[in-house]
This record gives sequence, structure tokens and C-alpha cells, in this order.
Amino acid sequence: MKFRAKIVDPACLNHFTRVSCMVAKLARACTLRIRPQKLNFILADTAAGGGVSMWCELPQENFFSEFQMEGVSEESNEIYVELTSENLFRALKTAQNARSLKVKLTNKHFPCLTVSVELSSASNSSRMVTHDIPVKVIPRKLWKNLQEPTVPDSDVSIYLPVLKTMKSVVEKMKNISNHLIIEANLNGDLNLKIESELVCVTTHFKDLGNPPLAPKASTQDRDPEQMVEVHVDIRKFLQFLAGQQVNPTKAVCNVVSHRMVHFDLLHEDVALQYFIPALS
Amino acid sequence: MKCLVAGGNVKVLGKAVHSLSRIGDELYLEPLEDGLSLRTVNSSRSAYACFLFSPLFFQLYQAATPGQDPPRCKILMKSFLSVFRSPVMLEKTVEKCCISINERSSRLVVQLHCKYGVRKTHNLSFQDCESLQAVFDPASCPHVLRAPAKVLGEAVLPFPPALAEVTLGIGRGRRVILRSYQDEEADSTVKAMVTEMSIGEEDFQQLQAQEGVAITFCLKEFRGLLSFAESANLSLSIHFDTPGSTPHLDDFASDDIDSYMIAMETTVGSESSRTLPSTSLSPGLQPLCHSEEEEEDEAEAELSTVPGTPPAQEVPLPVLWLHPGPRTLPAAPQPRAG
Repeated sequence: MKFRAKIVDPACLNHFTRVSCMVAKLARACTLRIRPQKLNFILADTAAGGGVSMWCELPQENFFSEFQMEGVSEESNEIYVELTSENLFRALKTAQNARSLKVKLTNKHFPCLTVSVELSSASNSSRMVTHDIPVKVIPRKLWKNLQEPTVPDSDVSIYLPVLKTMKSVVEKMKNISNHLIIEANLNGDLNLKIESELVCVTTHFKDLGNPPLAPKASTQDRDPEQMVEVHVDIRKFLQFLAGQQVNPTKAVCNVVSHRMVHFDLLHEDVALQYFIPALS
Repeated sequence: MKCLVAGGNVKVLGKAVHSLSRIGDELYLEPLEDGLSLRTVNSSRSAYACFLFSPLFFQLYQAATPGQDPPRCKILMKSFLSVFRSPVMLEKTVEKCCISINERSSRLVVQLHCKYGVRKTHNLSFQDCESLQAVFDPASCPHVLRAPAKVLGEAVLPFPPALAEVTLGIGRGRRVILRSYQDEEADSTVKAMVTEMSIGEEDFQQLQAQEGVAITFCLKEFRGLLSFAESANLSLSIHFDTPGSTPHLDDFASDDIDSYMIAMETTVGSESSRTLPSTSLSPGLQPLCHSEEEEEDEAEAELSTVPGTPPAQEVPLPVLWLHPGPRTLPAAPQPRAG
């Protein structure tokens, strides 16, 4: 198993750092999946994680000037490792003024993802920072839990409003209740609602637009005004919003009535899918 | 005792106090003939820091009321720091700072003379104490590094702020290596990230150490001294020792001491460094180091032409003494390709 990659372009480095920042905010520990053309950051749903799951994909050639990998075997030319997301972000953060950054899989008493940074310095002297991030190699028998999730058969699909606006609204709502109701319809309306004994607060977003419907019997004869709702833990929703530092290129919300909400985002060339299950 | 600090030196004093507050919870203030010393030691007695402000730093310096012994005060660091809490405020509004002792009320009086006729007076209670003294001799340390504080500041930047300890060593090719140190007893199921910073010899003004030597010390306390040095734009000399390299003539049963490190500053622009005055240990005082005689060689600081006016470049001599404590040092850092 081998992996070796290099970034020399400062814009690419910046972009990769931002991706890693987002992943660090969304999942404390995640799986890095390395394939010849793509890199994935994956969080599988677990009872411990509260059923939340994440799938992030990026095309490696948009980031790395050099990229070589050799998977577990020829038929399974992939590598799956688990790491603490914060470590990767911290390592990349120190490379902000780097001439180059190299990432490779190493074994130093234990398997590591080694990030080596060649810093640029005014005095022409060479400075190197190396970070050894401990990783856990995931055996092939567990790979099936880490595959790309299927887009759920949703009842309503709607474009999201500006994430920053939603975040500031939801942050205030958190002080009132942990139980958030997300409801949406096929007429571009999205409501965020919380209820407590004393008060009920709803924020209405209108004219958001809906992505074109796939022809499906279940939604064909639905009244576009009819709201479909899902109840989620507000903290999980906030955590998702906290990870989005920049407004994405595309942001779609898919609601499966009373089951789950699925977010499908695109940040330039990085695709992110995030699932929050309904409160039981 | 009465000391008057004026102008830009008030900010320097404030920064020194901030630096000391990163190390210990109590401040030992003692006016000596050589100057006002502010010292502290951390709770585990593994780090000692001292700032010595020469008389030239002050507009007025009177160590003791004639006929009396100079006082030795121990003050709560929090209290003293609160006077100098905001460096910005010190720079913008404080014109003079007067430190004196009110014998009648047994208070240390710190008075800030500010703009627009505002005067802030702080009356701090203190305890009489013995002189806090770490007796050490940098000249006995075989290894020396010297670099501008900026270089060392950049060197510790990649390490997480919460990191407790770091190992400093000389790697192959005379590169100076700093590596995060993880306690081996820590929970082994959750391994921590290891960060290593490698700097070329050319960034150092002096590098007198063999490849393979290394010392592990507390980063938090070191950062305290570093922030002062960076703000004053000074160079930092690091003198250190490794186990077995220096024969100790120990009176004290301090078998804790494997090695120690001293970070000292030199005065701006001059090659000479001033050492602390040697003081014999008072009985009952906890020994912090072995009792070697100190070499005394007071170097002359730059004198200004008008007596009593502190020269613009006069800076205190800070010393940070770190004692890593009883553990074996990790293996010498792995060399990295430059």
C-alpha cells in the first residue's frame, strides 16, 4: 500500500486546507478513501455518531501536482484509513506560506499520514515542518459500510437559502429548544420551526426554487403547497452549518418525511453530502 | 524602596510581568543594588524566571530607605498583573509608574500617572519572604544556541497551543530540530500527532552543540519568555546541558536533576550578557539548582548622557531557567532531509 502526493500551487493548498477545515467541523474522526482519481472524506452513520453521516468527494487532479497511489491489491486499488480530522487541518494550517506540501503514507512505529511542508522564508534558509498524523488502516471487510450513499427517494427537494442567514437564525433558536422542525414544499417554501411551552418560533424562507423533479409517482400528484416535515436535533443541523465557511456553489436539501434530511452541496469542485436522521 | 519608571519603559515593565505570569502564580520583588528584580517560579519548581531591571531603566531608583534593609516582597501574580493588564492602555495613557512600599500599611504601592491628570493607585498586600534564588552558571552548560526571538517564535508556531512539552535537539546537517513530546504513559489507544520543525544552522547567530544532543522542556513557559523577547526584538540565548555531560557538585540531594536549560537574553546590540548577582542561599530555602559559584562580570550597559534618564535601549535582563524533571530523554531526533 503506497500513497504519495504533492501540492505546489498556493491556491490549491488554500482550497485543500478549507476542505479539511470543513471536514474537521463536521466529523471528529473520519475515513479518508484514496483512489487513483478521487479522494473521499467519509463519516459512516453510527449509533455513537447519532446517525449522522457524511460523504465528501474531490477530484485529486484539481489539487495535487503529483499523485501516486497503490491500493491494497490490484483488484482493490483503493486505500481506506481512519484519522482525526482536526489533525489534518492543523497540519495543513501550518503550511499557509509553503513552497510545497507533500503527503504520504508512512509507518513510523505505527501507520501515519505524514505531511511535510517546505516553508518559504525571507532569509533564503530552508525550513521544514513535518507532521505525523496517526491513522488506522481499515480492513477490506469493512469497506462496504463506506461506499457512496444512494440519494434518498425524497418527498421534497428544495434549494437552500444563504447558509449564513440560516445559521444565524438557527443559532438563536438553539437557546429555546433542541427540537427543530424543517419543513419544505415544492413551491420554494422552507420553514424552520421550534416550539416550547411558552413560545413557537418559525422562520419562513420563500421563493427558494426547487430542482427539477425526477419523474416519480409518489410526488407527481402532490400539491406543491403541501409541506413535508422532518424533526431533527438542532445541534446536528448547526454542526452541519458550522462546517460551511463559504456559501456553496450549489445547495440542495432533500426531505424524506419524518425520516431524514439530506443535504447535497457543491463547493466549486468539492461535493458534500450530509445526512441527518429524524428524531425518534 | 522607591522606583519610578517613565515613558516607553512602562510598557516594557508590563510585558515583563505578562511574561512572568505565564510561569508562576507568585511574584517575588526585590530591589537590589544591581537593579530591581522580579522573579517567579512555577508550582512544580521546574521553571524559574527572573527579570532584572538595571537602575538605568528607571528615572529614579532607590533600593532601600537609607539605614534599612531592602525589602523582599512576595505578591500574588494576579494582583500585580492586574495593574499592567492592558499593554495597549499602558502605552497610550500611562506616563509614569511609581513603585514604592508603604511601611505603615505594609502595602506595595504601584501608582500609575496617566494622561489628563489621572492617577491610579494600587495598594497590594505582600508577604515578606526570603530571596528566591536559583543559582546557576550558564558558562557550565556545554551547549549554546542563539537566535533572534523572531526565529524561535516562528519555530514554535506549528505546534498546537495546548502542547505541553517539546524536545529541542541538533539533527544531521547541523539542523536545529524541535519536536512535540508525548508522555509515554499517555493513553496509547489514542495516539497524538507528532509535529517536527527543522531549521537550518544559518538562522542561528550561534550554534555550539553536537549533533545528537537534545533536551525536552515545557513549551508553555518558554513561550512566555519568547513573547517578551519578540516584543522587545531581542536575541535569545539558550544554554543547555544533557545528562552526564556536566559533573555536578551537588550539596543537595536533588536527584531530580538530569539536565537543565537556561534561556537568557543579551542586551541589545552588545555581545556581553549580564549574569545574576550571586547570593548565598538562605537557610530553609528550597534549592533549585546545584551550588556552583557564579561568575560575576557585570558588563556595562550603554549609558545615556543625562543621568537619571533611562536610555532608550535599556532593557531588563530576563532569564528563564527550565528544569525538565526526572525522565529519560527521547532518542536524538531523527535527521530529516533538508
